[in-house]
Amino acid sequence: MSTQTNRKISTQESLAVTLLLVGIALAYLLLFLGLPLLAVFVEAFKKGWALYWAALQEPDAWSAIKLTFIAAAIAVPANLVFGVAAAWAIAKFEFKGKSLLITLIDLPFAVSPVVSGLVYVLLFGAQGWFGPWLQAHDIKLIFAVPGIVLATIFVTFPFIARELIPLMQAQGKEEEEAAVSLGASGWQTFWRVTLPNIKWGLLYGVILCNARAMGEFGAVSVVSGHVRGMTNTMPLHVEILYNEYNAVAAFAVASLLALLAVVTLVVKSLVEWQARGQGVRLQN
Amino acid sequence: MAQFRAHSVLPGFNLALGFTLLYLSLIVLIPLSSLFFKTAELGFGGFWDVVTSERVVASLRVTFLTSLAAALVNTFFGLVVAWVLVRYSFPGKRIVDALVDLPFALPTAVAGITLATLYAPNGWLGQYFATYDIKIAYTPLGIVVALTFIGLPFVVRTVQPVLADVEAEVEEAAASLGAGRWDVFRRVIFPAIYPALLTGFALAFARAIGEYGSVIFIAGNMPYISEIAPLLIVAKLEQYDYAGATAIAVAMLLISFALLLGINALQWWTSRRGAR
Amino acid sequence: MSITIENLHKHFGAYKALDNINLEVNSGELLALLGPSGCGKTSLLRIIGGMELADSGKLLFHGEDVQQRDARERNVGFVFQHYALFRHMTVFENVAFGLRVKPKKERPNEVEIKRRVHELLCLVQLDFLHDRYPAQLSGGQRQRIALARALAVEPKILLLDEPFGALDAQVRKELRRWLRRLHDELHITSIFVTHDQEEALEVADRVVVMNKGRIEQVGTPDEVYASPATPFVYQFIGNVNLFHSRDHAPWTEQHGDAVAYVRPHDIDISRTAQDNTALPVEVKLVRAIGSVVRVEVATNGSSELIAIELSRERFDTAPLLLGDKVFIRPRQFRVFATGDQHELSAT
Repeated sequence: MSTQTNRKISTQESLAVTLLLVGIALAYLLLFLGLPLLAVFVEAFKKGWALYWAALQEPDAWSAIKLTFIAAAIAVPANLVFGVAAAWAIAKFEFKGKSLLITLIDLPFAVSPVVSGLVYVLLFGAQGWFGPWLQAHDIKLIFAVPGIVLATIFVTFPFIARELIPLMQAQGKEEEEAAVSLGASGWQTFWRVTLPNIKWGLLYGVILCNARAMGEFGAVSVVSGHVRGMTNTMPLHVEILYNEYNAVAAFAVASLLALLAVVTLVVKSLVEWQARGQGVRLQN
Repeated sequence: MAQFRAHSVLPGFNLALGFTLLYLSLIVLIPLSSLFFKTAELGFGGFWDVVTSERVVASLRVTFLTSLAAALVNTFFGLVVAWVLVRYSFPGKRIVDALVDLPFALPTAVAGITLATLYAPNGWLGQYFATYDIKIAYTPLGIVVALTFIGLPFVVRTVQPVLADVEAEVEEAAASLGAGRWDVFRRVIFPAIYPALLTGFALAFARAIGEYGSVIFIAGNMPYISEIAPLLIVAKLEQYDYAGATAIAVAMLLISFALLLGINALQWWTSRRGAR
Repeated sequence: MSITIENLHKHFGAYKALDNINLEVNSGELLALLGPSGCGKTSLLRIIGGMELADSGKLLFHGEDVQQRDARERNVGFVFQHYALFRHMTVFENVAFGLRVKPKKERPNEVEIKRRVHELLCLVQLDFLHDRYPAQLSGGQRQRIALARALAVEPKILLLDEPFGALDAQVRKELRRWLRRLHDELHITSIFVTHDQEEALEVADRVVVMNKGRIEQVGTPDEVYASPATPFVYQFIGNVNLFHSRDHAPWTEQHGDAVAYVRPHDIDISRTAQDNTALPVEVKLVRAIGSVVRVEVATNGSSELIAIELSRERFDTAPLLLGDKVFIRPRQFRVFATGDQHELSAT
């Protein structure tokens, strides 16, 4: 009996150490995560509901919200199609240069958001490669909505692909081969066999992609031109209001984005929980 | 061409790969290549003049030092958080676990204005530091705070699964051979999670170097003191100095690339030692 | 449906997976592809099924070249090694899949699908599991569902890749007999891949023994066991003793540098030398295993053991003790030139 207790103690820390570690961890998370999250909402409601509502109903705020949704509504589906296509090619086939391709897909994560915006300015800006041509044809990409969409696509480019590639690689291609040997066509195989197997990973990637698409600041800031009511997304609008010392309005808009973050985390946890129930391991 | 890929009964390879390469080229590769063409226009002399100008060097120094500090803070505390989340259970653990990803989900601008408000001399936290005459917001210290927030999930999320996979039996074996708890951690657990810890550090570091949104609100952006390199890029762009902006961007990319290469080499070296 | 394979070759990079394969599979027979891992048996099966393409050679179904035909048009049922059941579908939906993806014109209606699926599930004796998911089934049950699924599209040819590979010993034996009975009922031309000689000999009508991308022998189970065509077949199927000409000259002298292959149960033991071909040995081990007595002997000064199997009855008439000096002589053996067996290792 005494050996049993000895054994237990030797593979666990003493209570004091345990409490200390838990204390440090929780204090750290509270200080860096809990407090800021709380502060967003407290600052937003500091001057009462009325001002909060007024800030959100302002036309410029509205147009920023709309533009944010438009950018995400284009960027997420575009990257979804890309992610599925890339994962299909990479996970289900053997070909040369595959690992190089995977590295290139991750490239946008390695680039500063500011640089992500910069490259589009270099291409499409007034002094950019295509600048003169675009001007001659009266097309405006930079400091306009298309530039914002492009920058958003760039920064959220890898999210869905990098979620699906390892998942589909782990699932192998036997089920698809079985479907084909039973007479299913390519589309039938994809819709009936592949898609149901990757739906949680897909949803997970979409959620992360969407959060980043709606929240992106640096890249969008470079290409936006900051025209109020025209080319401002919500994060950019937050910046303008904050720099005008209109803290309540800034935090009111920020609180919407924080709410989006909270919803993202909740849905993400639910998806993780669902996927784990089905033995699917998701990539963070 | 026949050797390019192995035969498969599954259809859609050409379509899927073709679309992937086209989209990758249009969205990522061609735009990124413009960086190098633009730098080439400048010539090496021009490039060197830009990146060695006093203000640029100062901003690069601020960027890399604050990023390093934040990544180190996150490596230590991230390890503690991962340990606590894997090894202990306490009420609300699942919520805490989910909250760790907040920096991935919260837009950086929101984080920026919130941290600036919290750590301002009259803010919730800043006021306590102010009594000791410590300024956080609008100093390099503020940059470290913002970058710590941004990089917080990386170490936790890379270490967590590896730590969970360390077999209890190995620890029991070490303990049965007479090792104390600290010895077990130092000699058995730490070597197992060290590569993941290094990866987490590298990811947090790389993310911090490029970060813009959360920093500019809290940094104060004083040239030579608290001005980060990404901000300088934006400033050059606003003056339509495309070449200058590009030169700084390329310098940043090259330095981070060299650093990551170094970290990878270190990881490779330690994993080889571990395998032997 | 008969299958004809002529001069088939397949490379994976520099690796020769299949080297000039010629094979005739008769309509309605159950054929085993037997060989060690990496011998090319699975590649051959996948080529027949259309999962892989051969580099060169002919593949005919009933005299018709099918190389250019897609897997889905070959009318071949394929049972995968790890079953490849659709994990998100119930057992019923798994079996119904092949019917549901048929072009509209050929697709049976819902009532017909239901009838067919239940018929198949009854055939594999698992109708009571129709609403379960694959994860809820045992290995043997998954195997049978995979087979039912393959049969649903009424294939002319059934291909099974290591059908019992992932099952434990008891289930294996049961399923083996069950597959044989099922084949006798359905008479679909079937080919299965296995590395287990016992499985091949017990189940198949004919066995194809493969090694390093080549066919070593094709024959009935009895033929490949009783008269192996090559040293490899001798060693791979059943146990065998090797007698090199340099050590055991009496049996191989007329062949020059050669090796005699002798089955353990083809060796006679006697107390006295009947003639000058008998080999003097010492008994090193005696072990009774059920109805068989296993004796190991060694020649003077050699550490190499020779295995002998005697029936219990025969042993009881002349019991042996450890250390006994006796003489052995093969009743039946085959001799191969040494050069032919460079690729072999001793049993």
